[in-house]
Amino acid sequence: MNAGIAELSETFAQSASINLGPLDRIPVGEGREFEAEGELIAVFRARDGRVFGAQARCPHRDGRLADGVIGKGLVVCPLHTFQFDLATGKPVGNDCPGLKTYRVTVNEEGEIVVSL
Amino acid sequence: MSGARLAEDVLSCGGREVFDIVMFGDEPYGNYNRILLSGVLSGSHDPKDIFINPLAWYETSGVKLHAGVRVTAIDREAKRVIGAANGNGVIESYDHLVIATGSSPFIPPLEGLYVDDDEDQSATRDPQSAYKQGVFVFRTLDDCEAIMNYAGSGKRAAVIGGGLLGLEAARGLLGLDAEVHVVHLMPHLMEVQLDAPAGATLKRSMEAMGVKVHLNKNTTAILGRGHVTGLRFDDGATLDCEMAVISAGIRPNSQLARDAGLTVERGIVVNDFMACVNDPDVFAVGECAQHDGKVYGLVAPLWEQTAALADRLTGRKPEAAYKGSKVSTKLKVMGVDLTVMGDREPRDENDEVVTYAEPSRGVYKKLIVRNGQLAGAILLGDTSTAPALLQAFDRGAPLPENRAELLFPLASETASPSVVDLPDDAQICNCNGVSKGAIIAAVKRGCRSLKSLSDATRAGTGCGSCKPQARELLEYAAGDLVVEDPSIHYYVPGVSLTKPELIAAIKERKLKSVSAVFAALAGGKDDPGSKIGLASLLKTIWRDEYEDERDARFINDRVHANIQKDRTFSVVPRIYGGVTSPDELRRIADVAEKYNVRMVKITGGQRIDLLGVNKEDLPNVWRDLGMPSGHAYTKAFRTCKTCVGSEFCRFGVGDSVALGIAIEKRYQGIEFPHKVKLAATGCPRNCSEATTKDIGAVAIEGGKWEIYVGGAAGSKVRKGDLLVTVETHDDALLHMGRFMQYYRENAKYLERTYDFVERLGIEKLRAILVEDSEGICARLDAEIKAAADAYVDPWQEAVKPVHPSQFVNALPVEEVTRALHQIQGRTPAYGD
Repeated sequence: MNAGIAELSETFAQSASINLGPLDRIPVGEGREFEAEGELIAVFRARDGRVFGAQARCPHRDGRLADGVIGKGLVVCPLHTFQFDLATGKPVGNDCPGLKTYRVTVNEEGEIVVSL
Repeated sequence: MSGARLAEDVLSCGGREVFDIVMFGDEPYGNYNRILLSGVLSGSHDPKDIFINPLAWYETSGVKLHAGVRVTAIDREAKRVIGAANGNGVIESYDHLVIATGSSPFIPPLEGLYVDDDEDQSATRDPQSAYKQGVFVFRTLDDCEAIMNYAGSGKRAAVIGGGLLGLEAARGLLGLDAEVHVVHLMPHLMEVQLDAPAGATLKRSMEAMGVKVHLNKNTTAILGRGHVTGLRFDDGATLDCEMAVISAGIRPNSQLARDAGLTVERGIVVNDFMACVNDPDVFAVGECAQHDGKVYGLVAPLWEQTAALADRLTGRKPEAAYKGSKVSTKLKVMGVDLTVMGDREPRDENDEVVTYAEPSRGVYKKLIVRNGQLAGAILLGDTSTAPALLQAFDRGAPLPENRAELLFPLASETASPSVVDLPDDAQICNCNGVSKGAIIAAVKRGCRSLKSLSDATRAGTGCGSCKPQARELLEYAAGDLVVEDPSIHYYVPGVSLTKPELIAAIKERKLKSVSAVFAALAGGKDDPGSKIGLASLLKTIWRDEYEDERDARFINDRVHANIQKDRTFSVVPRIYGGVTSPDELRRIADVAEKYNVRMVKITGGQRIDLLGVNKEDLPNVWRDLGMPSGHAYTKAFRTCKTCVGSEFCRFGVGDSVALGIAIEKRYQGIEFPHKVKLAATGCPRNCSEATTKDIGAVAIEGGKWEIYVGGAAGSKVRKGDLLVTVETHDDALLHMGRFMQYYRENAKYLERTYDFVERLGIEKLRAILVEDSEGICARLDAEIKAAADAYVDPWQEAVKPVHPSQFVNALPVEEVTRALHQIQGRTPAYGD
């Protein structure tokens, strides 16, 4: 697939859209890790209805962010309580590198969609 | 400084929601630390560094500041304040008015002070006329700038006034390379704080620095036409100089209040509520206020005033009152350490006076003891015993018979270096790798509370045992400006209520879930750092009525195992009292092999830990073990360790195994503000270390058990305090349970029993839990029994998980769709 993209990179861009299934796969207020073609993404379902997507592992020491506690648009890594803003990926109160974030929405069928 | 401090205190009491705050400031700057001005003068401090509240702070704090606008009138009838700047008027109305106008330098009636004096002697002087060139006062940043611009190498500067402020000005001038003379009216320097011998010692120290001191000199005139050439004294003598800095005392700025019809004596007269005695809506704090006949010029009493006033105005403590301050001060004068408190001379011949003098080292120490208590002290040149003296003075504590103990540090004390003397790269916080230099730098950047320091550097956020050292550095670097972050009193940072206030609100409004608490008490803001503490509290209050939102649990409590650094988990089944059986051991061994457990470890809690377990295997591991959870991963009752005891041991006088197992069976799994570790030991040899446990039972001769509480042997080591001695196992269980319930209800979240017991004191705990002084024992007993009866083994979720993906690591996605888009005219990067 990548080789094909390289040839076409002159005039084409690729986008991917991943359907993670029903929103209920994630308990409300928690996060879950999803695996798509070998890549891991953490998706969070805030109590106020917002959904976020970010890289699965903490840039500090590789903690599983989906195991963390969320609130106020932040995620707290379970290993050393480093906090990150889920909308922007920026670290909060620490000088870790930021998180890669993904655009996540919920479609009409109530399914989670991550856009790359 | 008092005005800005009051604004800060009001804001930290939640004042932003209650008031609109408007400030008028005569100087065009934000609030700066006037105490550091001599440092600015001498060059050791950059003016930028001394700001406590720079202009930006007012904006972000929502305080409307009229900088550089002097208030010219207060209209108390219409409740308005009128200010003037550059011919423009500014009017603000008020509900409450606080006057914090401070003081101005006292200008003695010297001849030749003003420019006009040199001209026509008979004409009346224009009150706005300027001082002669070379004459300065020393109060503001602008004054400092003026002095610094005028001073220079070779210029002789005379400071008129040898009190604290004059000496600070002299130090500043030394730094500007001037030849400095201090001229003082009185027979010795700093006569307000020091006695004659101390004053003489100080004079010697100053002369050694190059300052010339002239005592018993009453300045009557400033000589020179147009610019200063010298001073003349009342004995006819003169002193040649090119600069005169007037530092002859301060007078409260009370004219504004006087004009407004408020009662003014030396200062603006206020009552215990800092309110003017003839107008309850107008208050005064700081150097301009007179309380109980006293006007204070040191910051510590002023901070007490602003704190009490803020509590009262915001309604946080409506009865908050200021009752006057015991004056003690710890400072450096001319770089010399000085601590003074209370009286400096005996009142009568019944006072005991102890002195020590070492003139060659500039050391002088004096104590005034009255009725066995410390009534006053002076420590000059060597203040190593200042902390002990200040404590004795503040608390009225009984003094050691050998007074020398108060004057000279114990040998062991001088041996241990203060954290302040450590090099900058010394590591203070080992959990987070924070050096002394990093902490000092954070304080210089503006951190003034322990909490803001922790937020900025992460120091103290791990085990917390470095907090005393971090606090010492904070006080060293920020001095008088340290503030207590009010959030240290909150139960959790995201809800601005103390624990008792929060419990009352939860019960009154029947808030049974964490999200309900956020909605009702935090404007809906679900602070992630507060969720777990709230969950713990709600569960304690509501028990089976608690609406358990699983997202408010830490991962350990979602999957009932301890997360490890590589995202695997550790499993510790419960082994009651550290006593197992061959059958249990076989099951554990079989599970370890079946699930490829990487390490089988005996724990300090006398049980077995299986490490390297995959999250997805947890339910099956529990099922195969057939043993309940050991709760090794959470803030709950952990273990009751035992020694062999009377069942086998030749020294045992009590059956520690039976007691330990009974304790563990009764109290297993109950949640607490932090982990609770117990032990029962069969004789005073204490083989199971019961005296360094949160709660410990020690068997003594006669079949009795001593119950200890508040012990620790982790990052903190503390011997437990004896709560009670009982005669039966049932009684031991009863009192332990009672203490546990009291701890649950009253401890701060994450407060271990060793801090809790230290904070309350064992006498108070004995009174409440043994003598039933508050009549709550029956209720405590019933509550802990109900909690114990409600115990459910969390590992039953193996059979009935709360969610299909509770133990899943990564969920597979349903579908991936890819699309190619044609882009015109550019080369995109992959992933655009």
